[in-house]
Amino acid sequence: MDKKIANYIKTHKELILSRWKSEMKEQGDERFVRVVSNRVFDGASQQFIDLIVSNLMESNEEFSQRLHKFAENVVHIGWPLNFVTQGIRKFNEIIFHGMSEEGVVTRENYMEFTEGFDKWFGPMNDEILSTYTSTWERTVTLQKIALKELSAQLIPVFEGISVMPLIGTIDTERAKQIMENLLHGVVKHRSEVVLIDITGVPIIDTMIAHHLIQAAESVRLVGAKCMLVGIRPEIAQTIVTLGINLDSLITKNTLQAGIEAALEMTNRKIVGVEVES
Amino acid sequence: MTRSFVNIINEWDIVAARQLCREFAKELGFGIVDQARITTAVSELARNIFLYANQGIIIVEKIEKDGSVGLIIIAEDHGPGIGNLAKAMEDGYSTSGGLGAGLPGVKRLMDDFSIDSEVGKGTVIKTAKWLR
Repeated sequence: MDKKIANYIKTHKELILSRWKSEMKEQGDERFVRVVSNRVFDGASQQFIDLIVSNLMESNEEFSQRLHKFAENVVHIGWPLNFVTQGIRKFNEIIFHGMSEEGVVTRENYMEFTEGFDKWFGPMNDEILSTYTSTWERTVTLQKIALKELSAQLIPVFEGISVMPLIGTIDTERAKQIMENLLHGVVKHRSEVVLIDITGVPIIDTMIAHHLIQAAESVRLVGAKCMLVGIRPEIAQTIVTLGINLDSLITKNTLQAGIEAALEMTNRKIVGVEVES
Repeated sequence: MTRSFVNIINEWDIVAARQLCREFAKELGFGIVDQARITTAVSELARNIFLYANQGIIIVEKIEKDGSVGLIIIAEDHGPGIGNLAKAMEDGYSTSGGLGAGLPGVKRLMDDFSIDSEVGKGTVIKTAKWLR
């Protein structure tokens, strides 16, 4: 049974591939068509067919290796999961139809063949799904770690002056981290003035403002001053409309203005030197 | 694109709702300041859902009236509901230790605002912004 299927696939590889490709393109949703170029699609399709064929010819070990690579590739080019499962089903259908056209599958052995197909595609389907999801899970975990690495470092720029640049969305988890890094950093670098730069924060809503106010308040408690810099005009407008009171914070529109003010607060300033020629 | 939605289930969905509405507003032709206003309003509404009702939905829809175009944001949940609506719309009132500027802030950020809440049943907030 398996041999018959394998033989059919081997001899009709090109035909199956082209049929499969055209049918999948018809089925592919808009999202998919936009994401994937023709060349990438062709490459991945070839790989997909090779994978299925290799499932028939090679040992389990080789197959699982190939499968893993394929899944990673598919995740990388952004094939939606339902497209992959659809692809397997379509492939199944095409072979079945092809084999009945050629009279390999007949009314008599129909049941037998259906069972054979199920036995063959079922485990493969499961394995592709599980590899796919585990690859996704790994990607998500890595991105979470990468995101964590991005967040909130306190950088000493002058004696007594430190900057914390904030980039991206601030959620509860990050707000906690910001507060911790801020207080540790202030004590460690003996900062007198801390500048929080929010140029890279897309919006300030009441919760984020609340966290910033709390952070400023705790910085004040450990004996330093806190300044909020990088407030874009549209952010300033929304803060005012929301009715958030930021009176407890010194604010400047740019990091540069903030640093100048911070130097002034610590009785210093930047002067140009004349160079003798 | 005349209607989209985001289910609010975890904290990251707040970001998704924000992103969706910002894109929606951009596409309709809202300026940068209005985009920020709409996005902030969505952020407040989505956060309220996450904070008080655990889950709910944010819907954004294009609206037209008397030749003007705008968008409406519908925040719906089946949470505990708001016991004292008048109080909730007051500045500085919060049951969660926040700033208490959320709902009155949203009302100021947007043009139209309506709230419908029943204790034990849930809350529906509808708020619109018009293109000028």
